[in-house]
Amino acid sequence: MTISLQNGINTLIGQIDAPIASFFSSCVHCGLCADACLFYTETLDPKYTPIHKLEPMRRLWQQEYTFWGKLMQKVGLSKPVTDEDLAEWEPLVYDSCTLCGRCSMVCPVGNDIVYMVRKMREGMVASGHAPEGLKGATQRAIELGSPMGLNINTLNAQIKHAEKDTGLTVPMDVEGADYMMVLSSAEIADYPEIIGAVTRIFKQANVSWTLASDGFEGTNSGIQIGSSDLAAEIVGRIVHAAERLKVKFVISPECGHAFTALRWEGPNLIGRPYPFKVIHIIELLDELRSSGRLKTEGVDETRMTFHDPCQMVRRGGVVEQPRNLMHMVAPNFVEMPDAGVQNWCCGGGGGVSANHRAEPLRVKVFSRKKEQLDAVNAKTIVTSCSNCRTMLLDGLENHHMDTEVIGLTELIAEHLADNAEGKAS
Amino acid sequence: MKEHETLEQRLQEQGVSRRSFLKFCAAMATMMALPPGSASAIAAALAKVKRPSVIWLSFQECTGCTESLTRSHSPTLESLIFDMISLDYHHTLQAASGFAAEQAREDAMKEFHGKYLLLVDGSIPIKDGGVYSTIAGRTNLDMLQEAAAGAAAIVAVGSCAAFGGLPNAQPNPTGAVAVSDLIKSKPIINISGCPPIPAVITGVLAHYLTFGALPALDDQGRPKAFYGETIHDRCYRRPFYDQGKFAKTFDDEGARNGWCLYELGCKGPTTHNACATTKWNGGAGFPIEAGHGCLGCSEPKFWDAGSFYTPLPAPAADVTSAAKAAAVVGAVAAVTVGAIDRGKKTLAQQSREKITVEDLKGN
Amino acid sequence: MEQEMLLWVRGTGLQIATAVFVIGMVYRMLHIFMLGRKKSLAEARGSEWSGGFRTMWKRSFVTTKLSARGNFTVIAGLIFHLGFFVTFLFLSQHIDLIRAVLGFGWPAMPRGVIDIAAVLSIGAMIALLVHRFIDPVKRMLSDFQDYLTWTLSFLPLLTGFMLLREIGFEYITLLTLHIASVELLLVIAPFTKLAHMFSTFIARWYNGAVNGFKGIEI
Repeated sequence: MTISLQNGINTLIGQIDAPIASFFSSCVHCGLCADACLFYTETLDPKYTPIHKLEPMRRLWQQEYTFWGKLMQKVGLSKPVTDEDLAEWEPLVYDSCTLCGRCSMVCPVGNDIVYMVRKMREGMVASGHAPEGLKGATQRAIELGSPMGLNINTLNAQIKHAEKDTGLTVPMDVEGADYMMVLSSAEIADYPEIIGAVTRIFKQANVSWTLASDGFEGTNSGIQIGSSDLAAEIVGRIVHAAERLKVKFVISPECGHAFTALRWEGPNLIGRPYPFKVIHIIELLDELRSSGRLKTEGVDETRMTFHDPCQMVRRGGVVEQPRNLMHMVAPNFVEMPDAGVQNWCCGGGGGVSANHRAEPLRVKVFSRKKEQLDAVNAKTIVTSCSNCRTMLLDGLENHHMDTEVIGLTELIAEHLADNAEGKAS
Repeated sequence: MKEHETLEQRLQEQGVSRRSFLKFCAAMATMMALPPGSASAIAAALAKVKRPSVIWLSFQECTGCTESLTRSHSPTLESLIFDMISLDYHHTLQAASGFAAEQAREDAMKEFHGKYLLLVDGSIPIKDGGVYSTIAGRTNLDMLQEAAAGAAAIVAVGSCAAFGGLPNAQPNPTGAVAVSDLIKSKPIINISGCPPIPAVITGVLAHYLTFGALPALDDQGRPKAFYGETIHDRCYRRPFYDQGKFAKTFDDEGARNGWCLYELGCKGPTTHNACATTKWNGGAGFPIEAGHGCLGCSEPKFWDAGSFYTPLPAPAADVTSAAKAAAVVGAVAAVTVGAIDRGKKTLAQQSREKITVEDLKGN
Repeated sequence: MEQEMLLWVRGTGLQIATAVFVIGMVYRMLHIFMLGRKKSLAEARGSEWSGGFRTMWKRSFVTTKLSARGNFTVIAGLIFHLGFFVTFLFLSQHIDLIRAVLGFGWPAMPRGVIDIAAVLSIGAMIALLVHRFIDPVKRMLSDFQDYLTWTLSFLPLLTGFMLLREIGFEYITLLTLHIASVELLLVIAPFTKLAHMFSTFIARWYNGAVNGFKGIEI
């Protein structure tokens, strides 16, 4: 049996590296990370203190890699990490962490806590302590090709709609295209307008692009559940498709973890650098804007705000680009308090949205986002992550707020300069 | 001098006025911080005192203590205190020599057994049976033990007798020790200093003669009246210390302005003595007034406390070499243990079993 | 006895404490690096080095908006650390020590400044200890080591302050206690979270390097 406590322990011991050793060596238990975590601020339950979520891993580090820890272990005074411990920590590691990385920003000794949570999840999966919801999503991603169980037929149906709406052809499996667009399952299932939007934008900007029938799904549940083995398999499909089509760029969709998986983790998961570059759709749109290839006309006077997806902004470094795009079309764009790299998570990242058990907690902690939204009183929230979008819609509904949520790419597409030309109907 | 003569009579013979004598007594009372009325009590007691026998033994010493006491530029009242004791043996001062001198010592010891006062200066070498210092063929150790047996009390004069002093400093080739290391059954009073302040010696003797007992002592066996405070506590440069104004060299602006000598190695803060108040050379001054820091000579181990010019906060030993060696040890240990731990990590990674989709199904 | 004890803490004791501290710290820090870190195969958008060094410095000042408990921790923590460094690095007696060991020094700060820094630092430490007792997060996180390291850090400050003003004991006793308390700190620091005095810069560098690599200005 692959899944065992021993396998989990081996995995964790193997995951502990120099950064983690420096982090655990440095923690002075100041508790500041609690203030950065919405699961603490909205519940005031100390167990949600980020560094506390790593306690089993810290104990392993101490026992395996420190002088006193080894000594204590030799004389039998240390508390070995048990299955019960890991079971107790499972909800802390998965349900109350969206891998948003805000804690890593506040830690005065510089601990990258989210870096450790990501690695701790490797051991949790290997020891069988991952939540059912995430297991199911990952299983579907591996076996069916998408965590939501979508397949190429679903995509093809959405492409047909898009082609009908736009009167344009959506390129599929075009070898030698410059850009290969990847989508997220939420986009295909719930926000298919994105397909038409990028088709029109790329048409106007004259971008050579394609979709790939064997690599269209960007969502990577393997990253969220924390299994590099499975994450590699999922990202490998995109790499394979991109190499098959010999594209220069792969475009990450409006999906936070897809970006992280594709842009930052991917080459490390497959063990080699990519022969292509990865660019976030928002990065690309901003490049097109600055080079004058993306032109908009008309503005939307609605009071709008922008929700920064953690993985794109804080963990991805795409900060100014969405703002540049917002300013093109939204004169009444207002920033929420803490906007940018300090933004608060929607509450559903890092696999929390796929984890049914976590739902009541997720719904509760949305109050943090609501507070931020209330401060600016915007009519429309623009974002660039389909998972954030779903979480925002869900949260707004729970709080009976009639704020609209829209994807940034779509917002831009709505104001394309050749708008009339684009709309065939 | 006749045996039955009192000190008062003796002083009158020498032409010392009663007024001068009272002044001396008042000074003694002040120095020892006795109540105001004590001066007359001291005068009354001293005036009547008969000459007690005193034996002064000099062992491993430099005679500096005796010099301190006797080499005043002009005869002082302090020196008179010696006139009231019967110094039966002092090998520097006595007229007798050879067998006659030793005979005088033995006679005094026999005659005043249990009553004489034993003064000792110099440390006592005990290594190799004490052979490193002998008088008339007898080791200091032997002589001290014999003399101590019949003494009423012992006064260890100077830092060598009190604490071992210079002979006791590293590497102490003769195994020099203090009187108190050898004699446990007699009251011992340490009058430390290298040399001790003459007024302190006479003050203690005056106290003994007046009250017939030793004064209150500190934990080093020193009379509290003289060693109760540090040089630093009573130093006239103390305000500069408190303001953080320090001379950096012996000839800089700070030195000329009379700033604190702490950074030039002054040991005043850790040294108990009366120099700053009693002063030296008939009240002319004390080392700090002369622009030099205190050496700490009245404290044990002062020779081993590093350079006289090293400030107190500085290490008294070579820490740089220790640190360098430690860095090498630490680095070697880190690389060795690190390699082992790295091996453990690799082993854990290798023995880790790959997760497959099957592992996500059911339990 | 007092002189012997002072001499011991200034000599042998200091040598032992320094040796243990250096062995322990060099060991701890090098051992961290020995555990290794995989070089990212992803395409860099910025420099790990500049990001790492930026965070090494910038994380000394937490700029994230925090709750009252967070702000208290940051401000009290900053006061404690600043007070500690000001008294440690700028008291003339400490510079004497540094000059004696390293062969060079720098100008001291006026005693008034040192006094204020020491009082603020001591006050901040006491406040932080009280907060550790009453704040639910800190209370949950805290273990024996937190209280041990607090005590070890507090004693040099306290004895140092008492020494400057000769409070309670004689100068020599206070000086001995002060040096001894520092030696205790030196001996235990490498084996406790006090190792953060060095490892925090490694941690900050790694944290910043991740962001620097990704081209995130934080």
